Amino acid sequence: MSFLSIRNLSVRLKGGPPLLRRVSLDVAVGQVRGLVGESGAGKSMIGKAVLGILPPSVEITGGQIVLDGTDLLTLPPKERRRRIGATCALIPQDPLTALNPSHRIGPQITDRLVDILGWTRADANTRARALLEEVQIPNPDRVLRSYPHELSGGMRQRILIASAFAAEPKLIVADEPTTALDVTVQKQILRLIAGMQARHGTALLFVTHDLGVVSKVCQHLSVLYAGMVVEDSAVTDFFAAPRHPYSAALLAATPKYTDPAAGLHPVPDAVIDAVRAEVAAFDAGGR
Amino acid sequence: MLEANGLDGRSLIRRRAGLRLWLSAGWLGLLAIAALLAPWIAPHDPLAQDLFLGRLPPFWMAGSEPGYWLGTDSLGRDVLSRILHGARIALIVALVAGSITCVVGATLGLLAGFLRGWVDVVISRLIDIWMAFPPILFSILLIAVLGPGLTSIIIAIVVIDWTRFARVVRAEAMAQGAMDYVASARVAGRGRLGTMMREILPNVLPTIVVLLTLEMGIAVIVEAILSFVNLSISTDDPTWGGMISEGRTSIHQAWWVLVFPLVTLFLTVLAFSQLGEGLKDRFDPVLR
Repeated sequence: MSFLSIRNLSVRLKGGPPLLRRVSLDVAVGQVRGLVGESGAGKSMIGKAVLGILPPSVEITGGQIVLDGTDLLTLPPKERRRRIGATCALIPQDPLTALNPSHRIGPQITDRLVDILGWTRADANTRARALLEEVQIPNPDRVLRSYPHELSGGMRQRILIASAFAAEPKLIVADEPTTALDVTVQKQILRLIAGMQARHGTALLFVTHDLGVVSKVCQHLSVLYAGMVVEDSAVTDFFAAPRHPYSAALLAATPKYTDPAAGLHPVPDAVIDAVRAEVAAFDAGGR
Repeated sequence: MLEANGLDGRSLIRRRAGLRLWLSAGWLGLLAIAALLAPWIAPHDPLAQDLFLGRLPPFWMAGSEPGYWLGTDSLGRDVLSRILHGARIALIVALVAGSITCVVGATLGLLAGFLRGWVDVVISRLIDIWMAFPPILFSILLIAVLGPGLTSIIIAIVVIDWTRFARVVRAEAMAQGAMDYVASARVAGRGRLGTMMREILPNVLPTIVVLLTLEMGIAVIVEAILSFVNLSISTDDPTWGGMISEGRTSIHQAWWVLVFPLVTLFLTVLAFSQLGEGLKDRFDPVLR
């Protein structure tokens, strides 16, 4: 059963070109779906549309975002906000800009629980402390009293993960959560997210451009090109035999650290031309 | 990594900021005392004229009279007493006009920068149009319409200078609005107003504080300029601008009538801006 089900979602720049072209995908309860594609393919745009944080210059032109059985796009804005707030959370890309520099860590995690979800202050504090322990932050009491600038990037990303899980959401959108970190920290953070996801049974929409990450964390993946889903497969099937030529080329382009002699294989021009033709045909066919 | 706070560079910044803060706050404190206690601490009545004591030089020069520390003007009025009394108008204008300008301008800037859309369009066009007026001419025109007086000056300063806040705060709010923590707050279900007050405002506050203190200095200057062109308070009340204006006519015979209020004005405006810089360093969580 899918918790999030996107059907034929189209998004465009106001008065401009389409950014998402009839995107459909499902995220099952407690499962992880990876969203891959090159820069500008619209991966983050899907996450933002689900969470209702699209930039004001962008508009949804059609489709459905069905969250837990209800199409969010048919709800009045207040009710939509309330539902998203109650069931979803975001793990943002850049831990350096994702914590408010003016507030201590503690209140940044707890204030939302208290102000919006009506927890008591004591419950929220206990919860925050327990979460920091769960994401393996040493000395959580002191960290709760710290300002973000006093902590390292890896620490901050751990805090953001803890904060995302604070209200036990059913769905988390992780928007390239490891891109801003260096490789050694990346691995720990990935393991942490996968572990938390499994323990809490949270559905996860994992936006990334790194197929290596997908193979470690996800059960399903969608490959995007120019806002169009070109492949939607189970991860095991995908790595065994990608169905679309573009996603095959993308997989082949992943550098292999174990075999430097293999060199780099950029996506061939012929494949790009073919997938562009597909997009053009789609646009010509009307949406 | 928490221990790293005691870095030498940071404590150096703090000490320098501290000195600056204390010097400027000290000068402004002295002025505040002068303004509050002017009738009691001024050695003479600032309006008392005595033509026999006209153009007395300050105390260290030959021909000075004891009790007239900074000399007298051409009508025999005591320069020190007039500066002390002038501090009243200067500080009232600085505090009241500065604060109102700040609240009006910062609110509009915050709304424009955070809400964007048509709110931003309206406020931004207003700022553009406003800033096309030459400010001094605009204020003279305003005073001419409103009539001279303290209230008119304050209104004129607010009307002219709110754009200074609105422009800068709008840009800051816009930059803050693009940060991920704002997105997270929205996802969590915080409303627009709540997000603006809790996520944006605290980060714009250091800038607002600096602008506010700068504006206080500017308000003092504007008041002086308006006094200089005789459009300020009634000529009976001593103001620094009025003193500078009167001193100009006798600059060759009695430079002190011009120079002392000018130096006071200069130090005051400088103190306000330095106070702002010092406070910003205190407010900024990264430097704190």
